[in-house]
Amino acid sequence: MITPTDFRVPPVDAIALETRVAELATRSIKKDAKKKGLEMVVAMTDLTTLEGMDTPGKVKALCRKAWRPLAGHPELPSCAAVCVYPDLVGTAVESLRGSTVAVASVATAFPSGRAALDEKLADTRRAVAAGAGEIDMVIDRGAFLAGRYGQVFDEICRVKDACGEAHLKVILETGELRTYDNVRRACRIALLAGGDFLKTSTGKVTPASTMPVVMLMLEAVRDHYLETGRLVGVKAAGGIRAAKDALRYLVMVNETCGDHWLDARYFRFGASSLLNDVLMQWVRLRTGVYQRPEDFSKD
Amino acid sequence: MNGAGMNDATPPRPDVRKTYKLYVGGKFPRTESGRSYEPAGCAGVQVCRGSRKDLRDAVVAARKGLEDWSGRTGYNRGQILYRLAEMLETRKDALAAEIVAASRIGDEAAVREVEASVDLCCWWAGVPDKLNALLGSQNDVNGPFFVFSTVEPTGVIGVIAPESPSLLGLLALVLPLLAGGNAVVALVSEGRPLAGLAFGEVCASSDVPAGAVNLLSGLRSELSPQFASHRDVDGLLIAGAPDAAIGQAAADSVKRVRFAPLSQADWSDGARVRRLDWVEPFVECKTLWHPVAW
Amino acid sequence: MTQHREREKSTAPPRPALSFGQKWRYAPAPEATDFVAIAPRHELFIAGDWSAPRSGRYFPTIEPATETPLSEVALGDEHDVDRAVAAARAALPAWSALPAEHRARYLYRIARVLLERAREFAVLETRDGGKPIRESRDVDVPLAAQHFFHHAGWADKLELAFAGRAVQPVGVVGQVIPWNFPLLMAAWKLAPALACGNTVVLKPAETTPLTALRLCEIFRDAELPPGVVNVVTGDGSTGAALVRHLGVDKVAFTGSTAVGKSIQTALAGSGKGLTLELGGKAAHVVFEDAAIDGAVEGVVRGIFFNQGHVCCAGSRLLVQEPIAELFVEKLRHRIERIRVGDPLDKNTDLGAINSKEQLARITALVTRGVDEGGTLVQSSCALPNKGFWFPPSFFTGVSQTDSVVREEIFGPVLTIQTFRTPDEAVEKANNTSYGLSAGIWTDKGARILWMAARLKAGVVWNNTFNRFDPGAPFGGFKESGFGREGGRQGLAAYAKCTGGLVQG
Repeated sequence: MITPTDFRVPPVDAIALETRVAELATRSIKKDAKKKGLEMVVAMTDLTTLEGMDTPGKVKALCRKAWRPLAGHPELPSCAAVCVYPDLVGTAVESLRGSTVAVASVATAFPSGRAALDEKLADTRRAVAAGAGEIDMVIDRGAFLAGRYGQVFDEICRVKDACGEAHLKVILETGELRTYDNVRRACRIALLAGGDFLKTSTGKVTPASTMPVVMLMLEAVRDHYLETGRLVGVKAAGGIRAAKDALRYLVMVNETCGDHWLDARYFRFGASSLLNDVLMQWVRLRTGVYQRPEDFSKD
Repeated sequence: MNGAGMNDATPPRPDVRKTYKLYVGGKFPRTESGRSYEPAGCAGVQVCRGSRKDLRDAVVAARKGLEDWSGRTGYNRGQILYRLAEMLETRKDALAAEIVAASRIGDEAAVREVEASVDLCCWWAGVPDKLNALLGSQNDVNGPFFVFSTVEPTGVIGVIAPESPSLLGLLALVLPLLAGGNAVVALVSEGRPLAGLAFGEVCASSDVPAGAVNLLSGLRSELSPQFASHRDVDGLLIAGAPDAAIGQAAADSVKRVRFAPLSQADWSDGARVRRLDWVEPFVECKTLWHPVAW
Repeated sequence: MTQHREREKSTAPPRPALSFGQKWRYAPAPEATDFVAIAPRHELFIAGDWSAPRSGRYFPTIEPATETPLSEVALGDEHDVDRAVAAARAALPAWSALPAEHRARYLYRIARVLLERAREFAVLETRDGGKPIRESRDVDVPLAAQHFFHHAGWADKLELAFAGRAVQPVGVVGQVIPWNFPLLMAAWKLAPALACGNTVVLKPAETTPLTALRLCEIFRDAELPPGVVNVVTGDGSTGAALVRHLGVDKVAFTGSTAVGKSIQTALAGSGKGLTLELGGKAAHVVFEDAAIDGAVEGVVRGIFFNQGHVCCAGSRLLVQEPIAELFVEKLRHRIERIRVGDPLDKNTDLGAINSKEQLARITALVTRGVDEGGTLVQSSCALPNKGFWFPPSFFTGVSQTDSVVREEIFGPVLTIQTFRTPDEAVEKANNTSYGLSAGIWTDKGARILWMAARLKAGVVWNNTFNRFDPGAPFGGFKESGFGREGGRQGLAAYAKCTGGLVQG
């Protein structure tokens, strides 16, 4: 593939974007639609722990939760994946054997991305070798903000190669790119470089995922699909804690990209505390009774 | 005039008399109709009896003049209005004589009228580069938008000047319109048209772009319905009390119509004629919105 | 992915297509209406009290989404107008002589109570007019309250607004308002008039009288002195009687250009004040460097807001040729996403057409557009069986000569034309007798200002559209009317400068 030198994208009008998002945020999702939506959120969740204090014990507990989110309710889907640091991939793979839950690993000197390329590639290969089916890489924001777009592009291509069969999620860390125009351009670079997913954030920078940024990514993957026929996913990661917010993201997916993306293959939530709120709302819908947070397992 | 004190043997020098013509598109044409009339106020003088077609031509010229005039900066328009004042001042005696010839008012009163015209011109010369400061605004709105309102000229405005004062009355109507950036087609005083028509000469020597000011003479009763009904005239500023027939004809193109019901004395009353509400109805307020975001 | 590779192998690969609405449908989310009682009959509001029309005649107001009658409303005639004008005249001396800050206080009260009762007004507006609850709730009602609040603050600052000029109230004002924003237009007209010390007779639109009448309840609760605002409902003849009434000092009208011209004709020579806010056929200009998805949103907001029943609607899209095909494709997708149906459903984007007559007018014009050779593209959305509906629509392949490009449709119908250069865009945009609004989408600041200076329109929305605020003057150039509403400039319509020129 010839390295593109021109990553020009249409400009983004911030207020128009935020206006559309605010409009969609007023959608009222009720009854069956809400139940269906909550179940989709569960199935789209990458249950995540990315802490310095992570241990095999913590990861095992998380895996159980991802596999069977709510005891006694086998009709609820499993989460899409568990997302961990590379050294804990083995533990997760072990714990999830026999489930549909994928193991995702962050890589490429997560979260800062400040390492030499060969270290990032080695990081990636190790995670894949340990059994990770999905790699969440970070782009080099320093290179991006310095205008070295070609370097960002090349690096994603190299990581993609290192992934082999594993799916590559490209974390743009939109909270550091700051402007919508930067986000839109980063989307373009990641799409051209062959990323399988665009992901908002590491979760280590504030703001993490925001609705306008995800809207922008959805527009980017939609346009890319119409242009090339290739379906690329979007992962909203970090900062989404309430079921209500997750449903608002789903509304954006539903009304911007449509049915293809209403699928865990093409839309994910990277979250930890979100899942319990979703479960709580789901039970409330079934029983008609408001729930107590303590009744839901905290893993 | 009659060469008193000259050698009786030399016959008196026949003076060169001025033909009073229309002023259209920066030129001085005769009426296309070939008609003339003797104004009530000036026996023995014939002036053009402008026709519907002269008005049509004047509106075409004004539309062109508007493009030039309204495209100038306020500073430039102000300078040109000041230049008008200078030219009026230079021709003070001639204009006074023309007022006298037409009005049979005293020389002193005529000079005062010209001086008042010059003064009014100076006042309006200071307006064009302040219009937006005075009539525009930046608007606070409930949202992330930068919103401001500017004023721009309404367009081609028809003026019907008062019978008297023939020069000051004409200028009191024309100057605010010019200050606002409009182009003008004016019908000068029917009975006392000389000074009004001579104003064309002042314009022609003052860098007023061709077509920005157009002057017609003729019968008010014949031409005012034409002013009112012409669809490419955007507004009317008319000396006198409101006139139903004019207003009705003007409604078809939603013209901005204002009447100036001033008495003879009112025209020289600064408190009446040096006012922004003479220009306000003939500028259009345009509000621009733009989002504020990075 | 495998599917994709297979597709690449085939000789004529199908174009990638999006699919919507098959996986996740929203359940109905109707706004509750049980807390908004509607009296079976509404009287006139004159001198602070409800009063039967002298003729004893009433007419039904219906819910356009269901065609069911909501209530019957008094049909005011010239005698009723006469009574209302007399009441306004009687109230004028005391009201205009009130300390300005007292007048302000009443307007503040009205603004606050309107917000307290916001949901009730939103529901009533939506039922009576057909607009989606999302808009009445998020736009009409809050903006109406904001208008009262904004102008309350002007009431005791008029000497600052008209620096150097002595002003006084115009007197008794007759106001005739349209059916597209019944409450908002009432607020828009009443607030500045009251702030400047005038008294008012308001004539709401025939098809949408209920919110203006309910506003009278707030006036009573706010203890606005009787006669300061009078509301006379009725039809076109009622409005005609009001604007021609000799006791009215000033007329403010929002509505069609044809009626506006007839009012201007009727008032000719009277010396009365007149402001007209009439029709429009706004150009919405999109350049190739525009924020394209934002522009699509702007265009949608421009023409489909309030079913396109908006005088300043961006009804003529002018798109620069290099992006025309892409833009139309995006628009085609986008109009499929517009949710059409029950206006009371919180997820509805496009509600019911306001009346049978309006629907007939839209249908006739669209039919003419097709007959004249335009290509009509419509959303495939299902329309309810009862009520008045028109799907989001646009025309391609039309030009300046076509009826749909020249005439105000006042419905959810956009026309699309292309242009090559900025001056061509200006020429096409200005090639109309209207001049109310315009829109520009470009990323280039200098071009925005260049364009905006040349577009003959009273409001120019740059990289946005259909934004309104009481602080931002609104009104038209050319045959879209004269006078401004909102902001400092809007006060001029309701304050008389002594010794000034006289309107004719």
